[in-house]
Amino acid sequence: MKIKIKKILKGKKGNFSLDINISTKDNTVITIFGKSGSGKTTLLRAIAGLLQPDKGYIEVDGKVWFDSSKNINLPPQKRKVGFVFQDYALFPNMTVEENIAFGMEKKDTSFLEYLLELVSLEELRDRKPHTLSGGQKQRVALARALARKPDILLLDEPLSALDYETRKGLQDELLKIHREFGLTTVIVSHDFSEVFRLSEFVFVIDKGKVIKKGKPEEIFIQERISGKVKFSGTVLSIEEDETVFIVSVLIGNNVVKVIADPEEVEGLKKGDNVIVATKAFSPFILKV
Amino acid sequence: MDNQFIETLFLTLKLAVITTVILLIIGVPVAYFLSYRDFKLKPVIDTVVSLPLVLPPTVLGFYFILFFSPDSFFGKILDEMFGLKVIFTFEGLVLGSVIYSLPFMVHPLQSGFQSINRNIIEASYTLGKGKIETLFKVLIPNMKHSLLTGIVLTFAHTIGEFGVVLMIGGSIPGETKVASIAIYEEVEALNYDKANMYALFLFAITFIILLFVYTLNRKFIRAQNL
Repeated sequence: MKIKIKKILKGKKGNFSLDINISTKDNTVITIFGKSGSGKTTLLRAIAGLLQPDKGYIEVDGKVWFDSSKNINLPPQKRKVGFVFQDYALFPNMTVEENIAFGMEKKDTSFLEYLLELVSLEELRDRKPHTLSGGQKQRVALARALARKPDILLLDEPLSALDYETRKGLQDELLKIHREFGLTTVIVSHDFSEVFRLSEFVFVIDKGKVIKKGKPEEIFIQERISGKVKFSGTVLSIEEDETVFIVSVLIGNNVVKVIADPEEVEGLKKGDNVIVATKAFSPFILKV
Repeated sequence: MDNQFIETLFLTLKLAVITTVILLIIGVPVAYFLSYRDFKLKPVIDTVVSLPLVLPPTVLGFYFILFFSPDSFFGKILDEMFGLKVIFTFEGLVLGSVIYSLPFMVHPLQSGFQSINRNIIEASYTLGKGKIETLFKVLIPNMKHSLLTGIVLTFAHTIGEFGVVLMIGGSIPGETKVASIAIYEEVEALNYDKANMYALFLFAITFIILLFVYTLNRKFIRAQNL
Protein backbone atom coordinates (compact mmCIF):
# COMPACT_ATOMS: atom_id res chain seq x y z
CA MET A 1 0.00 0.00 0.00
CA LYS A 2 1.38 3.37 -1.01
CA ILE A 3 -0.21 6.63 -0.05
CA LYS A 4 1.10 10.05 -0.84
CA ILE A 5 -1.51 12.76 -0.61
CA LYS A 6 -1.89 16.46 -0.07
CA LYS A 7 -5.01 18.34 0.86
CA ILE A 8 -5.79 21.69 2.41
CA LEU A 9 -8.01 21.13 5.41
CA LYS A 10 -10.21 23.68 7.06
CA GLY A 11 -9.82 23.08 10.77
CA LYS A 12 -11.39 24.83 13.71
CA LYS A 13 -8.11 26.56 14.43
CA GLY A 14 -7.58 27.72 10.87
CA ASN A 15 -6.49 25.90 7.78
CA PHE A 16 -3.68 23.41 7.68
CA SER A 17 -2.44 21.10 5.02
CA LEU A 18 -2.63 17.36 5.20
CA ASP A 19 0.60 16.09 3.70
CA ILE A 20 0.97 12.38 4.21
CA ASN A 21 3.38 9.89 2.79
CA ILE A 22 2.88 6.34 3.99
CA SER A 23 3.84 3.06 2.51
CA THR A 24 3.65 -0.37 4.01
CA LYS A 25 3.85 -4.01 3.04
CA ASP A 26 0.55 -5.62 2.18
CA ASN A 27 -1.22 -7.71 4.82
CA THR A 28 0.10 -5.76 7.78
CA VAL A 29 -1.80 -3.85 10.43
CA ILE A 30 -0.81 -0.26 10.83
CA THR A 31 -2.07 2.39 13.19
CA ILE A 32 -2.49 6.06 12.46
CA PHE A 33 -2.02 7.63 15.84
CA GLY A 34 -2.79 11.21 16.69
CA LYS A 35 -4.95 13.70 18.50
CA SER A 36 -8.41 14.53 17.25
CA GLY A 37 -8.28 17.13 14.51
CA SER A 38 -4.87 15.94 13.31
CA GLY A 39 -6.24 14.66 10.03
CA LYS A 40 -6.50 10.94 10.84
CA THR A 41 -10.09 10.42 9.74
CA THR A 42 -9.54 12.58 6.66
CA LEU A 43 -6.76 10.23 5.63
CA LEU A 44 -9.04 7.17 5.97
CA ARG A 45 -11.80 8.90 4.03
CA ALA A 46 -9.33 9.75 1.28
CA ILE A 47 -8.26 6.11 1.02
CA ALA A 48 -11.90 5.03 0.80
CA GLY A 49 -12.62 7.62 -1.88
CA LEU A 50 -15.16 9.53 0.22
CA LEU A 51 -13.06 12.63 -0.13
CA GLN A 52 -10.73 13.73 -2.86
CA PRO A 53 -7.18 14.86 -2.07
CA ASP A 54 -5.91 17.96 -3.88
CA LYS A 55 -3.09 15.90 -5.31
CA GLY A 56 -1.25 12.68 -4.76
CA TYR A 57 -1.30 8.96 -5.26
CA ILE A 58 -3.06 6.02 -3.60
CA GLU A 59 -2.23 2.44 -4.41
CA VAL A 60 -3.70 -0.55 -2.61
CA ASP A 61 -2.90 -4.18 -3.27
CA GLY A 62 -1.11 -3.28 -6.50
CA LYS A 63 -4.07 -1.30 -7.86
CA VAL A 64 -4.01 2.45 -8.38
CA TRP A 65 -7.08 4.06 -6.83
CA PHE A 66 -6.07 7.66 -7.10
CA ASP A 67 -3.42 9.42 -9.13
CA SER A 68 -3.86 13.13 -9.64
CA SER A 69 -1.11 13.28 -12.28
CA LYS A 70 -3.04 10.80 -14.46
CA ASN A 71 -6.49 11.97 -13.47
CA ILE A 72 -7.36 8.63 -11.93
CA ASN A 73 -9.89 8.82 -9.14
CA LEU A 74 -11.95 5.69 -8.57
CA PRO A 75 -15.29 6.31 -6.84
CA PRO A 76 -15.75 4.60 -3.44
CA GLN A 77 -17.89 1.91 -5.08
CA LYS A 78 -14.95 0.77 -7.22
CA ARG A 79 -12.46 0.65 -4.35
CA LYS A 80 -12.61 -2.58 -2.43
CA VAL A 81 -12.52 -1.22 1.08
CA GLY A 82 -14.05 -2.43 4.28
CA PHE A 83 -14.75 0.74 6.20
CA VAL A 84 -15.77 0.59 9.83
CA PHE A 85 -17.14 3.94 10.93
CA GLN A 86 -16.65 5.38 14.37
CA ASP A 87 -20.41 5.41 14.98
CA TYR A 88 -20.73 2.02 13.18
CA ALA A 89 -23.17 3.49 10.60
CA LEU A 90 -25.38 0.41 10.56
CA PHE A 91 -28.53 0.59 8.45
CA PRO A 92 -31.38 1.07 10.96
CA ASN A 93 -33.97 -0.47 8.62
CA MET A 94 -32.13 -3.77 8.24
CA THR A 95 -31.55 -6.69 10.60
CA VAL A 96 -28.07 -7.82 11.57
CA GLU A 97 -28.13 -10.42 8.81
CA GLU A 98 -29.44 -7.96 6.20
CA ASN A 99 -26.82 -5.40 7.17
CA ILE A 100 -24.07 -7.92 6.53
CA ALA A 101 -25.64 -9.32 3.37
CA PHE A 102 -25.99 -5.78 1.97
CA GLY A 103 -22.20 -5.63 1.70
CA MET A 104 -22.01 -8.69 -0.53
CA GLU A 105 -21.72 -8.36 -4.27
CA LYS A 106 -23.94 -11.35 -4.75
CA LYS A 107 -25.80 -13.54 -2.33
CA ASP A 108 -23.50 -16.04 -0.67
CA THR A 109 -25.26 -17.87 2.12
CA SER A 110 -22.31 -19.90 3.27
CA PHE A 111 -20.06 -16.84 3.53
CA LEU A 112 -22.82 -15.03 5.40
CA GLU A 113 -23.06 -17.89 7.90
CA TYR A 114 -19.30 -17.91 8.22
CA LEU A 115 -19.22 -14.17 8.98
CA LEU A 116 -22.05 -14.44 11.51
CA GLU A 117 -20.16 -17.18 13.27
CA LEU A 118 -16.84 -15.34 13.08
CA VAL A 119 -18.22 -12.41 15.05
CA SER A 120 -20.55 -14.60 17.17
CA LEU A 121 -23.77 -13.01 16.01
CA GLU A 122 -25.74 -16.09 14.93
CA GLU A 123 -28.28 -15.64 17.68
CA LEU A 124 -28.77 -11.95 17.02
CA ARG A 125 -29.16 -12.31 13.27
CA ASP A 126 -32.79 -11.12 13.19
CA ARG A 127 -32.33 -8.17 15.52
CA LYS A 128 -32.40 -4.56 14.37
CA PRO A 129 -29.35 -2.41 15.17
CA HIS A 130 -31.12 -0.24 17.75
CA THR A 131 -31.61 -3.27 20.00
CA LEU A 132 -27.89 -4.07 20.13
CA SER A 133 -25.20 -2.99 22.55
CA GLY A 134 -22.19 -0.97 21.40
CA GLY A 135 -19.93 -3.99 21.20
CA GLN A 136 -22.50 -5.98 19.25
CA LYS A 137 -22.99 -3.10 16.82
CA GLN A 138 -19.27 -2.92 16.33
CA ARG A 139 -19.16 -6.63 15.47
CA VAL A 140 -21.94 -6.20 12.92
CA ALA A 141 -20.03 -3.29 11.40
CA LEU A 142 -16.90 -5.44 11.18
CA ALA A 143 -18.70 -8.38 9.59
CA ARG A 144 -20.40 -6.02 7.12
CA ALA A 145 -17.06 -4.48 6.17
CA LEU A 146 -15.65 -7.97 5.52
CA ALA A 147 -18.68 -9.07 3.52
CA ARG A 148 -17.42 -7.36 0.40
CA LYS A 149 -14.13 -9.29 0.58
CA PRO A 150 -12.18 -6.05 0.62
CA ASP A 151 -8.52 -5.50 -0.26
CA ILE A 152 -8.08 -3.26 2.75
CA LEU A 153 -9.81 -2.82 6.08
CA LEU A 154 -10.15 0.72 7.41
CA LEU A 155 -11.13 1.18 11.04
CA ASP A 156 -11.93 4.65 12.33
CA GLU A 157 -11.46 4.74 16.11
CA PRO A 158 -13.08 1.32 16.20
CA LEU A 159 -13.20 0.81 19.93
CA SER A 160 -13.19 4.29 21.38
CA ALA A 161 -16.84 4.32 22.43
CA LEU A 162 -16.71 1.00 24.25
CA ASP A 163 -15.95 0.03 27.82
CA TYR A 164 -12.74 -1.68 28.79
CA GLU A 165 -13.98 -5.30 28.83
CA THR A 166 -15.76 -5.04 25.48
CA ARG A 167 -12.72 -3.34 24.04
CA LYS A 168 -10.45 -6.17 25.06
CA GLY A 169 -12.83 -8.73 23.60
CA LEU A 170 -13.04 -6.87 20.34
CA GLN A 171 -9.29 -6.46 20.11
CA ASP A 172 -9.06 -10.26 20.24
CA GLU A 173 -11.74 -10.44 17.60
CA LEU A 174 -9.81 -8.05 15.36
CA LEU A 175 -6.65 -10.10 15.78
CA LYS A 176 -8.59 -13.23 14.90
CA ILE A 177 -9.98 -11.55 11.80
CA HIS A 178 -6.53 -10.46 10.79
CA ARG A 179 -5.18 -14.00 11.18
CA GLU A 180 -8.08 -15.36 9.17
CA PHE A 181 -8.10 -12.87 6.28
CA GLY A 182 -4.57 -11.44 6.37
CA LEU A 183 -5.95 -8.11 5.23
CA THR A 184 -4.00 -4.90 5.06
CA THR A 185 -5.57 -3.00 7.92
CA VAL A 186 -5.40 0.68 8.80
CA ILE A 187 -6.58 1.60 12.28
CA VAL A 188 -7.08 5.16 13.38
CA SER A 189 -6.65 5.43 17.10
CA HIS A 190 -5.55 7.51 20.00
CA ASP A 191 -5.42 4.65 22.48
CA PHE A 192 -1.99 3.32 23.46
CA SER A 193 -3.13 -0.16 24.44
CA GLU A 194 -4.94 -0.59 21.13
CA VAL A 195 -1.84 0.39 19.20
CA PHE A 196 0.33 -2.02 21.17
CA ARG A 197 -1.99 -4.96 20.94
CA LEU A 198 -3.13 -4.64 17.37
CA SER A 199 -0.59 -3.06 15.12
CA GLU A 200 2.80 -3.87 13.75
CA PHE A 201 3.61 -0.37 12.66
CA VAL A 202 2.59 3.08 13.84
CA PHE A 203 2.48 6.42 12.10
CA VAL A 204 2.08 9.30 14.48
CA ILE A 205 0.50 12.28 12.81
CA ASP A 206 0.09 15.78 14.03
CA LYS A 207 -1.38 18.76 12.18
CA GLY A 208 -1.57 16.75 8.98
CA LYS A 209 2.05 15.53 8.95
CA VAL A 210 3.66 12.23 9.90
CA ILE A 211 5.95 13.20 12.75
CA LYS A 212 7.13 9.73 13.78
CA LYS A 213 6.92 6.23 12.43
CA GLY A 214 8.07 2.85 13.61
CA LYS A 215 7.13 -0.21 15.60
CA PRO A 216 4.89 0.60 18.57
CA GLU A 217 7.58 -0.16 21.12
CA GLU A 218 10.08 2.03 19.30
CA ILE A 219 7.68 4.91 19.18
CA PHE A 220 6.24 4.84 22.63
CA ILE A 221 9.12 3.56 24.70
CA GLN A 222 12.04 5.79 24.05
CA GLU A 223 14.34 4.33 26.62
CA ARG A 224 15.37 0.71 26.48
CA ILE A 225 13.64 -1.46 29.00
CA SER A 226 15.86 -1.93 32.02
CA GLY A 227 13.89 -2.98 35.01
CA LYS A 228 12.20 0.35 34.74
CA VAL A 229 8.45 0.30 34.64
CA LYS A 230 6.26 3.04 33.34
CA PHE A 231 2.61 3.48 32.64
CA SER A 232 0.62 6.27 31.19
CA GLY A 233 -2.57 7.36 32.87
CA THR A 234 -4.88 10.17 33.75
CA VAL A 235 -4.92 12.16 36.97
CA LEU A 236 -8.18 11.65 38.85
CA SER A 237 -7.50 13.66 41.98
CA ILE A 238 -4.75 15.34 43.92
CA GLU A 239 -5.10 15.41 47.69
CA GLU A 240 -2.84 17.11 50.18
CA ASP A 241 -1.83 14.96 53.14
CA GLU A 242 0.29 16.90 55.62
CA THR A 243 3.60 17.42 53.81
CA VAL A 244 3.02 15.25 50.78
CA PHE A 245 0.40 14.92 48.07
CA ILE A 246 -1.49 11.81 47.10
CA VAL A 247 -2.22 11.69 43.40
CA SER A 248 -4.78 9.17 42.16
CA VAL A 249 -4.02 8.09 38.61
CA LEU A 250 -6.23 6.01 36.38
CA ILE A 251 -4.06 3.49 34.53
CA GLY A 252 -6.03 1.27 32.23
CA ASN A 253 -8.79 0.05 34.45
CA ASN A 254 -7.04 0.55 37.77
CA VAL A 255 -6.66 3.50 40.06
CA VAL A 256 -3.15 3.83 41.43
CA LYS A 257 -2.29 6.15 44.28
CA VAL A 258 1.10 7.76 44.01
CA ILE A 259 2.82 9.83 46.68
CA ALA A 260 4.32 12.98 45.31
CA ASP A 261 6.15 15.93 46.77
CA PRO A 262 4.94 19.49 46.30
CA GLU A 263 7.32 20.24 43.41
CA GLU A 264 6.06 17.26 41.45
CA VAL A 265 2.47 18.30 41.90
CA GLU A 266 3.09 21.85 40.81
CA GLY A 267 1.27 22.54 37.57
CA LEU A 268 -0.51 19.20 37.70
CA LYS A 269 -4.27 19.19 37.60
CA LYS A 270 -7.18 16.80 37.37
CA GLY A 271 -7.51 15.26 33.90
CA ASP A 272 -3.83 15.66 32.96
CA ASN A 273 -2.19 12.77 31.16
CA VAL A 274 0.84 11.62 33.07
CA ILE A 275 3.43 8.87 33.09
CA VAL A 276 3.91 6.94 36.29
CA ALA A 277 7.43 5.53 36.31
CA THR A 278 9.59 3.82 38.84
CA LYS A 279 13.29 3.16 38.90
CA ALA A 280 15.44 0.73 40.82
CA PHE A 281 13.08 -2.02 41.61
CA SER A 282 12.42 -5.40 40.08
CA PRO A 283 8.94 -5.87 38.77
CA PHE A 284 7.50 -9.36 38.74
CA ILE A 285 4.89 -10.85 36.52
CA LEU A 286 1.88 -12.83 37.70
CA LYS A 287 -0.32 -14.72 35.29
CA VAL A 288 -3.97 -13.75 35.73
CA MET B 1 -77.25 10.76 -3.23
CA ASP B 2 -77.44 11.85 -6.80
CA ASN B 3 -75.05 11.18 -9.62
CA GLN B 4 -73.57 14.61 -9.62
CA PHE B 5 -72.60 14.30 -5.98
CA ILE B 6 -70.79 11.02 -6.61
CA GLU B 7 -69.20 12.39 -9.76
CA THR B 8 -67.85 15.43 -7.93
CA LEU B 9 -66.45 13.37 -5.07
CA PHE B 10 -64.87 10.93 -7.47
CA LEU B 11 -63.26 13.79 -9.39
CA THR B 12 -61.95 15.32 -6.16
CA LEU B 13 -60.32 12.04 -5.10
CA LYS B 14 -59.01 11.37 -8.60
CA LEU B 15 -57.34 14.78 -8.70
CA ALA B 16 -55.78 14.24 -5.27
CA VAL B 17 -54.48 10.75 -6.11
CA ILE B 18 -52.98 11.76 -9.46
CA THR B 19 -51.41 14.90 -8.00
CA THR B 20 -49.90 12.94 -5.11
CA VAL B 21 -48.43 10.26 -7.38
CA ILE B 22 -46.91 12.84 -9.74
CA LEU B 23 -45.52 14.85 -6.84
CA LEU B 24 -44.02 11.75 -5.28
CA ILE B 25 -42.16 11.07 -8.51
CA ILE B 26 -41.01 14.70 -8.84
CA GLY B 27 -40.59 15.38 -5.12
CA VAL B 28 -38.04 12.66 -4.30
CA PRO B 29 -35.39 13.84 -6.79
CA VAL B 30 -36.06 17.54 -6.09
CA ALA B 31 -35.76 17.06 -2.32
CA TYR B 32 -32.69 14.85 -2.75
CA PHE B 33 -31.05 17.49 -4.90
CA LEU B 34 -31.89 20.33 -2.52
CA SER B 35 -30.71 18.32 0.50
CA TYR B 36 -27.33 17.17 -0.76
CA ARG B 37 -26.19 19.77 -3.22
CA ASP B 38 -25.03 23.23 -2.52
CA PHE B 39 -24.80 25.74 -5.32
CA LYS B 40 -25.13 29.47 -5.81
CA LEU B 41 -28.68 29.46 -7.11
CA LYS B 42 -29.97 27.11 -4.41
CA PRO B 43 -31.79 29.89 -2.49
CA VAL B 44 -33.65 30.71 -5.70
CA ILE B 45 -34.81 27.12 -6.17
CA ASP B 46 -35.76 26.93 -2.47
CA THR B 47 -37.80 30.09 -2.89
CA VAL B 48 -39.59 28.85 -5.99
CA VAL B 49 -40.49 25.57 -4.26
CA SER B 50 -41.81 27.40 -1.19
CA LEU B 51 -43.64 30.16 -3.04
CA PRO B 52 -47.01 28.37 -3.19
CA LEU B 53 -47.02 28.33 0.62
CA VAL B 54 -47.35 32.08 0.87
CA LEU B 55 -48.72 33.19 -2.48
CA PRO B 56 -52.49 33.60 -2.65
CA PRO B 57 -53.83 30.77 -4.83
CA THR B 58 -55.52 33.33 -7.04
CA VAL B 59 -52.14 34.82 -7.97
CA LEU B 60 -50.96 31.39 -9.06
CA GLY B 61 -54.21 30.83 -10.95
CA PHE B 62 -53.99 34.20 -12.62
CA TYR B 63 -50.48 33.63 -13.98
CA PHE B 64 -51.50 30.17 -14.97
CA ILE B 65 -54.24 31.59 -17.15
CA LEU B 66 -51.86 34.17 -18.61
CA PHE B 67 -49.27 31.57 -19.50
CA PHE B 68 -51.45 28.77 -20.69
CA SER B 69 -54.50 30.35 -22.25
CA PRO B 70 -55.07 29.03 -25.79
CA ASP B 71 -53.77 32.18 -27.43
CA SER B 72 -50.63 32.48 -25.33
CA PHE B 73 -47.24 31.21 -26.46
CA PHE B 74 -47.11 28.18 -24.13
CA GLY B 75 -50.78 27.44 -24.58
CA LYS B 76 -50.32 27.26 -28.34
CA ILE B 77 -47.26 25.03 -28.10
CA LEU B 78 -48.97 22.60 -25.74
CA ASP B 79 -52.06 22.51 -27.90
CA GLU B 80 -50.25 22.08 -31.21
CA MET B 81 -47.61 19.61 -30.06
CA PHE B 82 -49.53 17.47 -27.60
CA GLY B 83 -53.12 18.44 -28.21
CA LEU B 84 -53.15 19.44 -24.58
CA LYS B 85 -55.48 22.15 -23.42
CA VAL B 86 -54.80 23.38 -19.95
CA ILE B 87 -57.41 25.98 -19.17
CA PHE B 88 -60.80 24.63 -18.07
CA THR B 89 -59.64 21.02 -18.32
CA PHE B 90 -58.85 18.26 -15.81
CA GLU B 91 -55.25 18.09 -17.09
CA GLY B 92 -54.92 21.77 -16.27
CA LEU B 93 -56.19 21.12 -12.75
CA VAL B 94 -53.58 18.42 -12.27
CA LEU B 95 -50.80 20.72 -13.48
CA GLY B 96 -51.99 23.54 -11.23
CA SER B 97 -52.32 21.25 -8.22
CA VAL B 98 -48.84 19.82 -8.75
CA ILE B 99 -47.36 23.30 -8.62
CA TYR B 100 -49.58 24.42 -5.78
CA SER B 101 -48.84 21.39 -3.58
CA LEU B 102 -45.14 21.10 -4.42
CA PRO B 103 -43.83 22.42 -1.07
CA PHE B 104 -46.09 20.05 0.84
CA MET B 105 -44.26 17.12 -0.71
CA VAL B 106 -40.75 18.55 -1.00
CA HIS B 107 -40.37 20.04 2.48
CA PRO B 108 -41.08 16.85 4.50
CA LEU B 109 -38.87 14.83 2.15
CA GLN B 110 -36.11 17.40 2.46
CA SER B 111 -36.16 17.24 6.23
CA GLY B 112 -36.24 13.45 5.98
CA PHE B 113 -33.11 13.39 3.83
CA GLN B 114 -31.37 15.83 6.11
CA SER B 115 -32.16 13.79 9.21
CA ILE B 116 -30.30 10.77 7.86
CA ASN B 117 -26.83 10.14 9.24
CA ARG B 118 -24.34 10.93 6.47
CA ASN B 119 -22.22 7.98 7.54
CA ILE B 120 -24.82 5.41 6.55
CA ILE B 121 -24.88 6.89 3.04
CA GLU B 122 -21.11 6.70 2.86
CA ALA B 123 -21.17 3.21 4.35
CA SER B 124 -23.43 2.16 1.50
CA TYR B 125 -21.01 3.68 -1.04
CA THR B 126 -18.03 1.88 0.50
CA LEU B 127 -20.03 -1.34 0.26
CA GLY B 128 -20.11 -0.86 -3.49
CA LYS B 129 -23.63 0.48 -3.86
CA GLY B 130 -24.35 3.35 -6.22
CA LYS B 131 -26.45 6.43 -5.57
CA ILE B 132 -29.71 5.03 -6.91
CA GLU B 133 -29.45 1.76 -5.00
CA THR B 134 -28.51 3.71 -1.86
CA LEU B 135 -31.53 5.98 -2.35
CA PHE B 136 -34.00 3.12 -2.59
CA LYS B 137 -32.49 0.63 -0.15
CA VAL B 138 -30.97 2.87 2.50
CA LEU B 139 -32.38 6.39 2.37
CA ILE B 140 -36.06 5.91 1.62
CA PRO B 141 -36.62 2.98 4.02
CA ASN B 142 -35.14 5.12 6.79
CA MET B 143 -37.36 8.12 6.16
CA LYS B 144 -40.77 6.42 5.93
CA HIS B 145 -42.07 8.92 8.42
CA SER B 146 -41.21 11.86 6.15
CA LEU B 147 -42.44 10.06 3.08
CA LEU B 148 -45.78 9.40 4.69
CA THR B 149 -46.06 12.99 5.90
CA GLY B 150 -45.34 14.26 2.39
CA ILE B 151 -47.89 11.96 0.76
CA VAL B 152 -50.63 12.77 3.21
CA LEU B 153 -50.09 16.50 3.31
CA THR B 154 -50.09 16.64 -0.47
CA PHE B 155 -53.22 14.54 -0.71
CA ALA B 156 -55.11 16.51 1.93
CA HIS B 157 -53.94 19.84 0.61
CA THR B 158 -55.05 18.99 -2.93
CA ILE B 159 -58.48 17.99 -1.68
CA GLY B 160 -58.70 21.27 0.16
CA GLU B 161 -57.60 23.62 -2.60
CA PHE B 162 -60.05 26.16 -3.90
CA GLY B 163 -58.61 29.28 -5.49
CA VAL B 164 -56.35 27.61 -8.01
CA VAL B 165 -58.92 25.09 -9.21
CA LEU B 166 -61.57 27.76 -9.50
CA MET B 167 -59.39 30.00 -11.65
CA ILE B 168 -57.88 27.29 -13.82
CA GLY B 169 -60.75 24.88 -14.02
CA GLY B 170 -63.84 26.96 -13.72
CA SER B 171 -66.52 24.65 -12.52
CA ILE B 172 -67.40 22.17 -15.21
CA PRO B 173 -69.32 19.24 -13.73
CA GLY B 174 -67.48 15.95 -14.20
CA GLU B 175 -64.43 17.73 -15.60
CA THR B 176 -63.20 20.38 -13.20
CA LYS B 177 -65.82 20.75 -10.51
CA VAL B 178 -64.32 19.46 -7.28
CA ALA B 179 -65.97 19.25 -3.85
CA SER B 180 -64.60 22.50 -2.43
CA ILE B 181 -66.05 24.44 -5.36
CA ALA B 182 -69.32 22.53 -5.20
CA ILE B 183 -69.77 23.69 -1.61
CA TYR B 184 -69.36 27.30 -2.61
CA GLU B 185 -71.84 26.97 -5.42
CA GLU B 186 -74.45 25.14 -3.35
CA VAL B 187 -74.22 27.80 -0.65
CA GLU B 188 -74.64 30.52 -3.24
CA ALA B 189 -77.74 28.73 -4.50
CA LEU B 190 -78.90 28.40 -0.87
CA ASN B 191 -78.82 24.58 -1.07
CA TYR B 192 -77.50 24.21 2.47
CA ASP B 193 -78.29 20.49 2.69
CA LYS B 194 -76.21 19.65 -0.31
CA ALA B 195 -73.38 21.93 0.76
CA ASN B 196 -73.46 20.17 4.08
CA MET B 197 -73.06 16.77 2.43
CA TYR B 198 -69.93 17.90 0.60
CA ALA B 199 -68.58 19.66 3.65
CA LEU B 200 -69.15 16.67 5.86
CA PHE B 201 -67.41 14.45 3.37
CA LEU B 202 -64.35 16.71 3.18
CA PHE B 203 -64.30 17.06 6.94
CA ALA B 204 -64.50 13.32 7.51
CA ILE B 205 -61.93 12.33 4.94
CA THR B 206 -59.31 14.87 6.03
CA PHE B 207 -59.88 13.99 9.69
CA ILE B 208 -59.43 10.29 9.02
CA ILE B 209 -56.33 10.81 6.92
CA LEU B 210 -54.62 13.01 9.50
CA LEU B 211 -55.58 10.69 12.33
CA PHE B 212 -54.11 7.80 10.39
CA VAL B 213 -50.83 9.66 9.87
CA TYR B 214 -50.42 10.72 13.45
CA THR B 215 -51.17 7.21 14.68
CA LEU B 216 -48.66 5.71 12.29
CA ASN B 217 -46.04 8.34 13.08
CA ARG B 218 -46.40 7.57 16.75
CA LYS B 219 -45.66 3.95 15.89
CA PHE B 220 -42.60 4.87 13.82
CA ILE B 221 -41.26 7.10 16.55
CA ARG B 222 -41.80 4.46 19.21
CA ALA B 223 -40.09 1.86 17.05
CA GLN B 224 -37.15 4.22 16.66
CA ASN B 225 -36.85 4.85 20.38
CA LEU B 226 -37.02 1.22 21.44
